[in-house]
Amino acid sequence: MGGFLLSKTILIVIIFVITLVIAMYSTILERKFAAWLQDRIGPNRTGPGGILQPLADGVKMFMKEEIIPANAHKFLFIMGPMLAMTTALMASVVIPWGKSLKIGDFVMDLQVADLNIGILYVFGVVSIGVYGIMIGGWASNNKFSLLGALRASSQMISYELAMSLSLVAVIMSTGTLSMGEIAAQQSGWHWNVFTQPLSFIIFIICAFAETNRTPFDLPECETELIGGYHTEYSSMGLGFYLFAEYINMFISSAVMATIFFGGYNMPFLDQLGLAPNVEALIGTAFFFGKIAFFILFFMWVRWTIPRFRYDQLMNLGWKVMIPLALVNILITGSVLILRDHFNF
Amino acid sequence: MLTLSNRKKVMEQEKLSFSEKLYLPVIAKGLLITIKHLFKRKATIKYPEQTREFAKVYRGHHVLKRDEQGRENCTACGLCAVACPAEAITIVAAERKPGEEHLYREEKYAASYDINMLRCIFCGLCEEACPKDAIYLTDRIVETEYEREDFIYGKDKLVEKIDQRIDVSKRKIKSEFYQPIKN
Amino acid sequence: MQAALFYGLSIVAIMCACGVVVSRNPIHSVLFLILTFFSISGHYILMNAQFIALVNIIVYAGAIMVLFLFVVMLLNLNKESEPHKSDLVKIIAATSAGLFSLVLVGVLKGATLPAYEGMMDSENGLVKNLGRVLFQEFLLPFELSSILFLSAMVGAVLLGKKNVQA
Repeated sequence: MGGFLLSKTILIVIIFVITLVIAMYSTILERKFAAWLQDRIGPNRTGPGGILQPLADGVKMFMKEEIIPANAHKFLFIMGPMLAMTTALMASVVIPWGKSLKIGDFVMDLQVADLNIGILYVFGVVSIGVYGIMIGGWASNNKFSLLGALRASSQMISYELAMSLSLVAVIMSTGTLSMGEIAAQQSGWHWNVFTQPLSFIIFIICAFAETNRTPFDLPECETELIGGYHTEYSSMGLGFYLFAEYINMFISSAVMATIFFGGYNMPFLDQLGLAPNVEALIGTAFFFGKIAFFILFFMWVRWTIPRFRYDQLMNLGWKVMIPLALVNILITGSVLILRDHFNF
Repeated sequence: MLTLSNRKKVMEQEKLSFSEKLYLPVIAKGLLITIKHLFKRKATIKYPEQTREFAKVYRGHHVLKRDEQGRENCTACGLCAVACPAEAITIVAAERKPGEEHLYREEKYAASYDINMLRCIFCGLCEEACPKDAIYLTDRIVETEYEREDFIYGKDKLVEKIDQRIDVSKRKIKSEFYQPIKN
Repeated sequence: MQAALFYGLSIVAIMCACGVVVSRNPIHSVLFLILTFFSISGHYILMNAQFIALVNIIVYAGAIMVLFLFVVMLLNLNKESEPHKSDLVKIIAATSAGLFSLVLVGVLKGATLPAYEGMMDSENGLVKNLGRVLFQEFLLPFELSSILFLSAMVGAVLLGKKNVQA
């Protein structure tokens, strides 16, 4: 029991730190990547090649004056960014980061909790992720913030539906809700993206909408809403919101990599004949490689396509994504029945 | 419908083709374009270490030239002030006293010569108007100041130092596009 | 451990439920209600009914309450615009609510809860077993309720659509 608690605590702390560091470095990566795509070189003054930029940004954020508007609801105004950050961090619990490690007699799972309803847990966390934005936007007592918050929440609710429906097809074909098991099933090349490509496309589009990133970043659309829901925030409050966005991006990349791209599975790794622990660690590294690819993809898309109009966004969500997801479920169901029937 | 100019064109929004309606192929195309830029040469010049080369025709901080013997060329004829479209130049003329021949080339000189750098548009007309080879725009940058008064440059800032001559040979080479007005 | 969790969650749930009724600001009410849902989900988890717990969070806390919050935020309710009710209405409301609670207490006090007869299976609330029960034993009611939802959805769409003819 003691060993169990200790290993879980260590794992949680490690994941927490890794998440924060990755989110931190996503900010510099985003700026660098944007610069590269625009034929610039990006921030390069803080430290060699600019690698200390996130620290400088963090220090700046902390040093700034925290301004709470006079007519804001103080408690909720402070609660908003906290909630956004908390919900962003919560989803990492169910993600299987790798195969279990064996240290002597002790087996250490690289997953904090293999809930047998892991996917539902992710949905739950995502669905309460709206509150941080909504509460913050409302408590600011500013019409732009409120409009941003409304946009964010209606957008997130709409795309949540399509997102969960798209995953239903995956759940049907894998027959499990546990993230650990889904990852384990995709050993070698049996990645779900090959069996469920449509589901993946729907999921990634919805992930863009859920994380409020371009082309669906209407909640913080500068031209219309100044800063959107975080217009009134300054200092670390703003920092938390921005940070939460990057954490969300990291987590959704991890979820995508787990569910569709085989998680920690690396093709042909088991044929190399390595020690199990080494193999597990390489798998984990490969998993992070996949996550990095998705994070880069998020950024790549951001600096390529312009923002959708709000009605286009809603049309896309309700009239395209949801019907497509339903059709996908139907197809998956029929294929499963046929397979059972004809035993192939 | 008949219109006055007969050039009216009714624009119709083109219907999106099927592949455009799908969004994804078009997005993929856009992604390819942006990723190509990842491997292109970056246009950035890292400023303090590298400086951008000035254009040959760069017009910056003015200089009032001296001749080979170190005498001021300017005779305060006022042609530059007249030519100046921004009315940035103010000249007070004075007569050369005996014994000042080593200071001023001709009998008349500018007791004060002010250019308001906030008004100046760096068009170079003063340079063209000058018959005495006295004023040139150089490739030096006008420095920033905190007070408006500091932008009114007097002779102390404009006249070149005797021991620090300023090279204006670049300004004397007229480009192939330059055609002097002849009458 | 379990008992402590149970009491803790119960206290939170009851406090928040009271908060829903008592708080003057409708936004606070909604937020309290969300907290109530969370503590109730905690109760479900204590009973090892993970599926219901999470669905409760996803559907109620994550979707329905967001819509509530939405509407309340847009209404811009504050103290000045609060409708002032006459004392008579207040007295009537208080009496009827009191009577109702009296009836409730009386009924619950008199009732004897039949002991649970089947084996208390801790696996009951898991998705697999729940699905099996829903799609075998209770297939008809389940499908009927889904038809009910469908018709409600169609109705909502119809109501939401602009009347083209008129």
